Amino acid sequence: MIEVKNLSKSFGPKQAVNRISFRVQKGEILGFLGPNGAGKSTSMRMITGFIPPSDGTAVIGGHDILTAPVDARRKIGYLPENAPVYPDMTVYGYLDFCAQIRGFAGSERLQRVKETIERCFLTGVEHQTVNTLSKGFKQRVCFAQSILHDPEYLILDEPTDGLDPNQKHEVRLMIRKMSAEKAIILSTHILDEVDAVCTRAIIIANGSIVADDTPEKLRARSSVHGAVSVTLGAAAADAFTACARAVPGIRQIELLETSGEALKARVFPEDADPLVAERLVTALAAADFEVKSLFVEQGRLDDVFRAITTS
Amino acid sequence: MKTDEIINHVSAIFKREIKAYFGSPVAYVFIAIFLLLIGFFTFNISHFFEMGQADLRAFFEWHPWLYMFLVPAVAMRLWAEELRMGTIELVLTFPITPGEVIFGKFLAAWAFIGVALALTFPMVITVMYLGEPDLGPIVSGYIGSFLMAGAFLSVGSMTSALTRSQVISFILSLFICLFFILAGFPPVTAILADWAPRWLIDIVSNLSFLSHFVSMQRGVLDLRDILYFCSVICFMLFANGIILQQRRA
Repeated sequence: MIEVKNLSKSFGPKQAVNRISFRVQKGEILGFLGPNGAGKSTSMRMITGFIPPSDGTAVIGGHDILTAPVDARRKIGYLPENAPVYPDMTVYGYLDFCAQIRGFAGSERLQRVKETIERCFLTGVEHQTVNTLSKGFKQRVCFAQSILHDPEYLILDEPTDGLDPNQKHEVRLMIRKMSAEKAIILSTHILDEVDAVCTRAIIIANGSIVADDTPEKLRARSSVHGAVSVTLGAAAADAFTACARAVPGIRQIELLETSGEALKARVFPEDADPLVAERLVTALAAADFEVKSLFVEQGRLDDVFRAITTS
Repeated sequence: MKTDEIINHVSAIFKREIKAYFGSPVAYVFIAIFLLLIGFFTFNISHFFEMGQADLRAFFEWHPWLYMFLVPAVAMRLWAEELRMGTIELVLTFPITPGEVIFGKFLAAWAFIGVALALTFPMVITVMYLGEPDLGPIVSGYIGSFLMAGAFLSVGSMTSALTRSQVISFILSLFICLFFILAGFPPVTAILADWAPRWLIDIVSNLSFLSHFVSMQRGVLDLRDILYFCSVICFMLFANGIILQQRRA
């Protein structure tokens, strides 16, 4: 378990991270969200012991990062932001170096390095020096380094940054596959990623945690969560409003687009009642409206994100 | 078990750094310049042949001055480069102590300078061919020179941790090295002698690399001189560690 207790960091008068606390259990993938400069990277650097916190601490698998830094780091795999890798080393040479530092020797080391190269799709470039590689490959080399020793705790700062969509997909798959026996913290500002991989998300703004929940529950905080979006063929706005008002349980109707071709509207129920959509369909059909599409909004993470982090 | 681990960590860092040195053309340029300059000074300025003495005094006396320029050039990349590229973040989050990294890097750079120094062996052959030199001062001169290079290097390593710019690191280290040389340089101590009390002059000149190196050139391996260089190295590397810690805070 990673246990972050009251972690704080101030740079001069600026409070970069302000008393954040949370726990991550094995099996969880925690998404660390926040606008640029919110304190994500600073927090991760403190958890991995790269920078000392002004206050508070992090306990990694029972080892306090301040009092037993080496034992704590042994259990961590860390992918820093921008994937810093020595540019003059070959991929193989670099991973071999990391394996030696991690205490692997002889045939086990060889085996580990080879296995990791395969797992991270680096076969074919292992004898190239890092400075000849594209950003995506560099990112994967650094990722390879973080999982080389099969750590119990993975801390990934923007793991899919700079990857193309296919590579993003692969890295996410890999993270999900590993998550069963690991506790993973990953930071990102791509909200789709949270939906795709995270079991829990923490939103941090101005150095403080402003939300800590599952992606589903976060989405439910969206103002449009549970609303029914309707697209009709050419129809009179007044007629539609009148028809929709007649359906019981409807709080508000918002017309989004009323061109000649189509009418788009969002209907808000009084409470999250799944039957509202059904009643609406029935009503619209009875009144002979041409319903092109109709669905219940799940709520969008970016709306929630924006609402939380700008307020 | 604990010692094994430390040796393993230091050797991993050492190997990486040595490869980084010899993997870049800078290393060979450095060695070539060092050998050319040392030859030039020994033969053309100190007139090694004309002196007609079968010893290497004319050779060793230039070492401090050459090291003053060349060692900071070797040391400047040690930390500044890591800071600039951000690779320091990974190195310092590996399960190793900063001390192991500092020591491994220092040893690699020292070994590199040792290789350059060892390549001056034709000087020894020359002097042995021309006459019958006393081998004692030659051996102790080499030991002293190597220790002094280590002391210069520790200064360079420390200044390298101060900045992400290699140029600034070079200039800073050059400046400090200059102080360590001049503090015991006879023309400078002569100026001090006019007004400063005797004990102050002793302290200042004892701080200098020169005064400790001179006796080694003459064949005297005094434990105090060896201890002096070792303590300079330890002090500077310790300062290096503190600077690294402060930088992260």
